[in-house]
Amino acid sequence: MAGVTLNKVVKDYGKLEVIHGIDLEVHSGEFLVLVGPSGCGKSTLLRMIAGLEEISDGTIAIGDRIVNDLPAARRNLSMVFQSYALYPHMSVRKNLAFGLSNLKMPKDEIERRVSEAARVLQINELMDRKPRQLSGGQKQRVAIGRAIVREPELFLFDEPLSNLDAELRVQMRVELAGLYNRLGTTMIYVTHDQVEAMTMATRIVVLSKGYIEQVGTPHELYTRPQNTFVATFIGSPKMNMIEAVVRGGTVSVPDFGDIALGGGAPDGKITVGVRPEQFEIGSSGPITTQSEVTLVEYLGSEMYVHTRLPSGRIVMVKDAGKAEHKIGDKLPLSLIPEHAHYFDADNRRLPIFDA
Amino acid sequence: MRDYLQKYGAGYVFLTPWAIGFLGLALGPILASLYLSFTQYDIINAPEWVGLENYEYMFSFDTRFYKSLQVTFAFVFLSVPAKLIFALGVAMVLDKGIRAIGIYRALFYLPSILGGSIAVAILWRQLFNQDGVVNAALGLFGIEGPYWLSDPRYSLYTLVVLAVWQFGSPMLIFLAGLRAIPQDLYEAAEIDAASKPRQFFAITLPLLAPVIFFNLVLQMIEAFKTFTGAFVISGGTGAPLDSLLFFTVYLYNEAFSFFRMGYASALAWVLLIIIAIFTAIAFYSSRYWVHYENERG
Ligand SMILES: Nc1ncnc2c1ncn2[C@@H]1O[C@H](COP(=O)(O)OP(=O)(O)OP(=O)(O)O)[C@@H](O)[C@H]1O
Ligand SMILES: [Mg+2]
Repeated sequence: MAGVTLNKVVKDYGKLEVIHGIDLEVHSGEFLVLVGPSGCGKSTLLRMIAGLEEISDGTIAIGDRIVNDLPAARRNLSMVFQSYALYPHMSVRKNLAFGLSNLKMPKDEIERRVSEAARVLQINELMDRKPRQLSGGQKQRVAIGRAIVREPELFLFDEPLSNLDAELRVQMRVELAGLYNRLGTTMIYVTHDQVEAMTMATRIVVLSKGYIEQVGTPHELYTRPQNTFVATFIGSPKMNMIEAVVRGGTVSVPDFGDIALGGGAPDGKITVGVRPEQFEIGSSGPITTQSEVTLVEYLGSEMYVHTRLPSGRIVMVKDAGKAEHKIGDKLPLSLIPEHAHYFDADNRRLPIFDA
Repeated sequence: MRDYLQKYGAGYVFLTPWAIGFLGLALGPILASLYLSFTQYDIINAPEWVGLENYEYMFSFDTRFYKSLQVTFAFVFLSVPAKLIFALGVAMVLDKGIRAIGIYRALFYLPSILGGSIAVAILWRQLFNQDGVVNAALGLFGIEGPYWLSDPRYSLYTLVVLAVWQFGSPMLIFLAGLRAIPQDLYEAAEIDAASKPRQFFAITLPLLAPVIFFNLVLQMIEAFKTFTGAFVISGGTGAPLDSLLFFTVYLYNEAFSFFRMGYASALAWVLLIIIAIFTAIAFYSSRYWVHYENERG
């Protein structure tokens, strides 16, 4: 097991800089998820750690060894690719053994590790098949098997589940989490799916356009997003963002009314963020408004109600599945100031009510 | 019937030029030559049926026939692997380097277009003459070049080099094949600690096998049929000492120097059968070394 330390890591392709000096400490034994929208540089960062992409500037250390000039093969890590990248002309068994035989490992040790992986991943009966004879989920297992036989210090995953259908994705997510619990090896996992990130990570790194927006546990990211990007990226459905104006320590939230912020915010523009479950239905809260339901998404145990405020703005509100809402219903809403998030004009979190 | 014609009639009309060409210029002569191979025919007098006499003579008494077979086989076995290896090498360099630049690829293809022509064969003769460019270049290093073309020990090799020089079309096919191998397989292999040679032998070659096979069959047939270069460089006779007596050159001489059309036809059929046998061997062996990506089973 090893941690990974990124120090001012930069990646450019000629004139185009895509990673802008990233500092990051990956703790030994943690499951770190890199998440962010498409094109933000997740894969690039992972591939630099893997040794598949040159590091333009800065250093990357695995354990306490700087690996900038170390070829991928000697970094003692395994990687699972989005495309699986199984060798199409080799049987599953050969796919698993290929890396080990390159390392000149004794035959019986290779045999032992391969059959152990086959047992763990329940791919015993697939061992003599070629990749083209496998389903997507089975290919994924083989790809993971190829990673674990190496018994590396570090696992890298680049969107390993994104080619699977929804049901299988959930199942593999559970299996990967189980694998992590059993092996306890450091894992760095790239995804653009924030649900995957939230459910599997010990810590999440949110990336955007080659910068780190925030690093933290899933709970920290959800309850204390440090900027509007993280606030809207983490959590599904998205946080409702309402622009408002502060004057003399008081924010006037359109449709709802005034909240005294107690000097935590300078005068000017502000964004008030409210997650769908943070609205209260009814008019018992400190500031309230009337709204009209425009759409209901019923999910069984819960429902998401799209509702129009008097100003015409539509917000999303979560309610229990047993509630009854119909399009056109009147819906009174309350906003609890302590439950809301506040962001300044530069989209950074204001630490109001955070204590 | 009417419906059928209405529906497909136009298709058959479009087919006629090809059909006329095929029947008149290919199938007709092929069948005619099969008939002629059982005759004696000097173009002036009507063909005279001789049964299997041409074939009997060929296999029992004709030493030049065996000589021409020997020259042709030597050429095929030397030039085809050399050309394929060279073409693959160039394709790999191009695949890595100057990727998108079409002009380079056109440039590499040029010899293949020119190579088959008489002009280039003549140029080749100049290059490898005893006082040609090649020997002049060797002379710069103090090496006295041999008589490439008139020494029977070397003459065949100049033709092998001429053949290799026409690597363009197998190279392009290799290049397309290399492009079709997903890059992430190499990345996975990189992480799997496979050295570059190991990547070549364990990944590139097996995944390229269908393309290698295709090129092999095509080039083999091409090599068996080689004519222009050998004809021009040997002055049309297979000289020196019959060392360039390619099967096709011998056949040409029989037909158009000695007007033994019947015998030439028999030679042509023997060549056809030889090519068919080797192609069949290649196809049969491919089961054991060619892996097709999308095949079931
Ligand atoms: N070889 C390259 N040359 C130039 N630009 C590149 C190259 N590879 C990636 N990029 C750019 O780098 C940026 C980051 O790409 P990267 O593949 O890391 O994104 P990502 O976060 O993995 O996205 P996705 O979720 O779509 O996989 C993108 O803007 C991309 O266009
Ligand atoms: Mg990516």
